[in-house]
Amino acid sequence: MSAELLAAPDKGGGLLDVLRRRELLRLIVRKELKVRYRSSVLGLLWSYVKPGVQFIVFYFALGVFLGLNKQPNFVIYMFSGIILVNFFSEAFSNATRSVVANGALVKKIFLPRELFPVASVWVAVVHFLPQFLILLTACFFFGWSPSIVQIIGAVGAFVIVALLSLGLGLLFAAANVMFRDSENIVDLMLMMATWLSPVLYAWYLVRDTLGETFYFFYQLNPMTIAVELFHFAFWAPTAAVRTAAEGARMPDNLISLWLPVGLLISAVILAIGQTVFRRLEGRFAQEL
Amino acid sequence: MAAEAIVVDQVSKRFNLRHTRSLKETVVWLFKGRRGDLSSTFMALDGVDVTVDVGESVALLGYNGSGKSTLLKLISGVMSTDTGSVKTRGKVAGLIEVGAGFHPDLTGRENVFLNGVLLGMTEKETEARFDEIVEFSEIGKFIDTEVKFYSSGMFLRLAFSVAVHTKPDVFLIDEILSVGDEPFQKKCLARIQELRESGCTLVVVSHDLDMVSKVCDRGVVLRQGKKVADGPISEAVRLLREG
Repeated sequence: MSAELLAAPDKGGGLLDVLRRRELLRLIVRKELKVRYRSSVLGLLWSYVKPGVQFIVFYFALGVFLGLNKQPNFVIYMFSGIILVNFFSEAFSNATRSVVANGALVKKIFLPRELFPVASVWVAVVHFLPQFLILLTACFFFGWSPSIVQIIGAVGAFVIVALLSLGLGLLFAAANVMFRDSENIVDLMLMMATWLSPVLYAWYLVRDTLGETFYFFYQLNPMTIAVELFHFAFWAPTAAVRTAAEGARMPDNLISLWLPVGLLISAVILAIGQTVFRRLEGRFAQEL
Repeated sequence: MAAEAIVVDQVSKRFNLRHTRSLKETVVWLFKGRRGDLSSTFMALDGVDVTVDVGESVALLGYNGSGKSTLLKLISGVMSTDTGSVKTRGKVAGLIEVGAGFHPDLTGRENVFLNGVLLGMTEKETEARFDEIVEFSEIGKFIDTEVKFYSSGMFLRLAFSVAVHTKPDVFLIDEILSVGDEPFQKKCLARIQELRESGCTLVVVSHDLDMVSKVCDRGVVLRQGKKVADGPISEAVRLLREG
């Protein structure tokens, strides 16, 4: 044992440390899943009931009353966007709260603190998958035949959202240790998330109403890019959309330009989040 | 071979006692021209040097608020130093507080695995030592019951049992040997002695002077964040008893 060198105990390797302690990550994820639905009858079903009810409300309010159902397969259009935003919301808000919620551990046992935000994002993925399966089933029902490029777009969208929510989660989780206000700021951001991306309306309405310049900045939002990619992958290749007169109107250069831009912006946000997290990490134990 | 297991070099730690935790108050304070103090500070540790060799067992002694627990947290890496450096060799397991990683809604079995891995074992190692851990804790058939239904004694016994079976190179113990009834305490002490004989380095924080005299051979006395004595345990205990 003395072959090992003397080393500082807080040699935090950041997210790389999380990779090294995958086993612990898996146990924490399992714990989170188990604890979330303790003593509840419906258990994991709750993660379907909530988006399900939300979906029904949107469907009637927007689809039926506002007449958006006249668009071909509006249900798929809306659902593919909603599950992506749900994934983002859950990952981001739980990651923000994760460090404070696990304060007892952070204060007493040394472990890479990035584990908690990462575990939150992972838990969100676990909740996202069944919703995604429902989307796939619905897609097949509506005559879905995607191309390879469209599948790549969907994978890209998932990666964008995962990176973005982890990056923002790290950033706000660290801020939350210092100021509990950040939980409320995150709630505000999430309230807007559904409306800042073309989940319930079409992207070209933004361009036509507010002009090219505004649209450019609108389009820089990684969530907007991800939602459009999901539309491109799941809504556009369904039968009714392909045969419709106007077809699927997608933003120009979605795959060639916006996909890489979205990945890049998310990666930069992740880098910023990780940097801030590591800078503040040393003070977690005494601030909690 | 007298290799160092822990080197604490000129370590200081200042605590910020913040009086507010809300952004609003901070902003108001900034706008008012930073009148008054938002926080005050105090030195928990002030230029402390301690070197512990491999296989030594050292007691950190001192009255409440003398900085013992802070030093232990710095060694475990939970906190980082302001100035100076802390270096350790090998796997450090901290029993900073028993049961920190226990979740009341998980069963005893699930908690053993979660905590075993938290304290640095792999899942396989935990699996291999599982029976030993349960036997030591005397929990028996309650192992598959949720921990929230445990009595406090059962809870502490299981938590302690997991911790002492992690087989670390350096073992940090903070005021935990007051676990359970007397027979169990004796068992814990025996287990600690065993670890010590197997070459494990121990750092113990405790107010139980009789106990530390038995377990440790060296004592470091802290007073208001400064090291005031470092020598054989008997002298350290005497110094503390005489005030």
